[in-house]
Amino acid sequence: MSAKEITSRRDFATYRRKVLARPRIDDRAPPVEKTSKGTMGRRALLQNLAAGSGAALSLSLAPGSWETVACGAAEAAPDSWQPPERIVDVNVYVSDWPFRRLAFAEPDRLVGKLRTHGVVQAWTGSFEALLHRDLRAVNKRLVDRCRRSSEVLIPFPAINPKLPDWEEDLRQAAEDLKAPGIRLHPDFHGYALDDPELIALLHKASAAGLLVQLVLMAEDERTVHPALKIPMVDPRPLVDVIPRVKNLRLILLNAQRVTPLPVLAKIVASGVVFVDIAWQEGVGGVANLLQHVPVERILFGSYFPRFYFLSALLKLRESAVEGQTLKAIAEENARRLLEGRT
Amino acid sequence: MTNFEIWDAHVHLSGVPGDTPQERLRRLIEFADRMGISRLCVFMGMRWVYDPQPEELRRQNDDVLRAIEAFPDRAFGFVYVNPKYPEESLAEIDRCVVRGPMVGIKLWVAERCHSPLLDPLVTRAIELDLVILQHTYLKVTGNLPGESTPQDLAQLAARHPQARFIAAHSGAQWELGIRTFRPYANIFAELCGFDPTSGVTEMAVRELGAARVIYASDAGGRSFASQLAKVLDADIPEEAKQLILAGNLKRLLAPCLRRKGIHVDT
Repeated sequence: MSAKEITSRRDFATYRRKVLARPRIDDRAPPVEKTSKGTMGRRALLQNLAAGSGAALSLSLAPGSWETVACGAAEAAPDSWQPPERIVDVNVYVSDWPFRRLAFAEPDRLVGKLRTHGVVQAWTGSFEALLHRDLRAVNKRLVDRCRRSSEVLIPFPAINPKLPDWEEDLRQAAEDLKAPGIRLHPDFHGYALDDPELIALLHKASAAGLLVQLVLMAEDERTVHPALKIPMVDPRPLVDVIPRVKNLRLILLNAQRVTPLPVLAKIVASGVVFVDIAWQEGVGGVANLLQHVPVERILFGSYFPRFYFLSALLKLRESAVEGQTLKAIAEENARRLLEGRT
Repeated sequence: MTNFEIWDAHVHLSGVPGDTPQERLRRLIEFADRMGISRLCVFMGMRWVYDPQPEELRRQNDDVLRAIEAFPDRAFGFVYVNPKYPEESLAEIDRCVVRGPMVGIKLWVAERCHSPLLDPLVTRAIELDLVILQHTYLKVTGNLPGESTPQDLAQLAARHPQARFIAAHSGAQWELGIRTFRPYANIFAELCGFDPTSGVTEMAVRELGAARVIYASDAGGRSFASQLAKVLDADIPEEAKQLILAGNLKRLLAPCLRRKGIHVDT
């Protein structure tokens, strides 16, 4: 019988007997299938789940040790999905969020956490850059913090093309601080993506061989502190801007909330453009992204420590990203980009 | 190593392809399987309507009935009601919960929840020992006309101390939502539908206690992954995580499930 046919308590009693009560929630799962290693493979796990057992997620902090057990069952049943052994995270910050203390704001704690997840390199900016106007001091502090803690943190100083003499900040980033790239915040710094000063900055940064990270959103516009008026960034001008800048290597961070995937696909296709997964939402979000953007243009970005680190990592699991695709997104694409092999 | 049982308190038939409710729920369960989520609470139908007329309410609830009927061991349904139509909404509660398989009540954005129009629905929920999941959001950009704030829910909860409410999204500006819910023991803070901003779960546990915090995803518009991370990556005890991931929801649903002959191990 179907639920739509229920018109009386008696009907429901029948429905309950035939459908609802099987199996009871606390029923033990059927015996799990063991592999030669004493663990359950993906197929067996899915068969077990299809049989109604459900599954409980089990996590360990160390890469390569994730396990899954059937709901209520005592026997461990490891999933076949394994997190990447090494990660280059292109979207990390040091320092607190302007409106909230962050548990991993300090470099040593930040690096410790990243390492537990296999992060070998983190491209790092500073949240101080969102509101501070003395960006030379902000960037100097950023570089000092990064280099004092370990070789994991790679500083990406911030440049604001609406500040007077931003050219000197750019020169400092490239020559004095020897940063491989810069990070731009058009939402907090208040400019459109066809602003002539931005375009001038893109030309100069590219001529200096710098990677350019463009953070399209630092916070959901619905929850930003009411004392601020932060305009939402319109990404569409990039399709015309990018081809005009010679040697531009652009990385879009936190792009997806303001950039529908078809628009993102056009932007990526307009030049040497990469996108991270930190703000990729929706069920199977990374798989959806892969349908619009070539895998070689997708980078692992967590937006940690403002976002929980596991958010980005679990998205790869949710979309069943494995094998060479996983390696490319987690590490290889970013390494190639940093080494100038794109 | 730690093991968790995971129940998801907030899932929609959206964000995945499928021409039927059953097909969409099947796709959602495939993703849930990858994340180790054993139970999904589903509400609202194939297309969303802010202020549904009674006929539309029935259509949406029928969608959910069809979906959960196909996966009775993996999904529960919450009946979607509109306080502007109290008689028809009460009839839907009877049809879908009392005589049907659903196990809770869902209120969205048709009417702000401090309105007296909600009182008959809440009274019926108390009679049936049903939990009410109420959307709450606090948008700097402005709420929808009928969209409830955490403060609205606090007023409703104060009027009905015997009722139990799940505050969907915890207002999204969660520092404000959690503070607002703090004095009301009958409000449970739900964690879904906003970005995985670190610290939310730690603050909720600190201010409300782990027994008043509930994991949910808001899938398919949101990722199971990003929302699960709020709990799995939080700096809280493992026991607290298990309460948040399943224990608290099981406890809230247990009276209704027991009446339906389903024993739940709380």
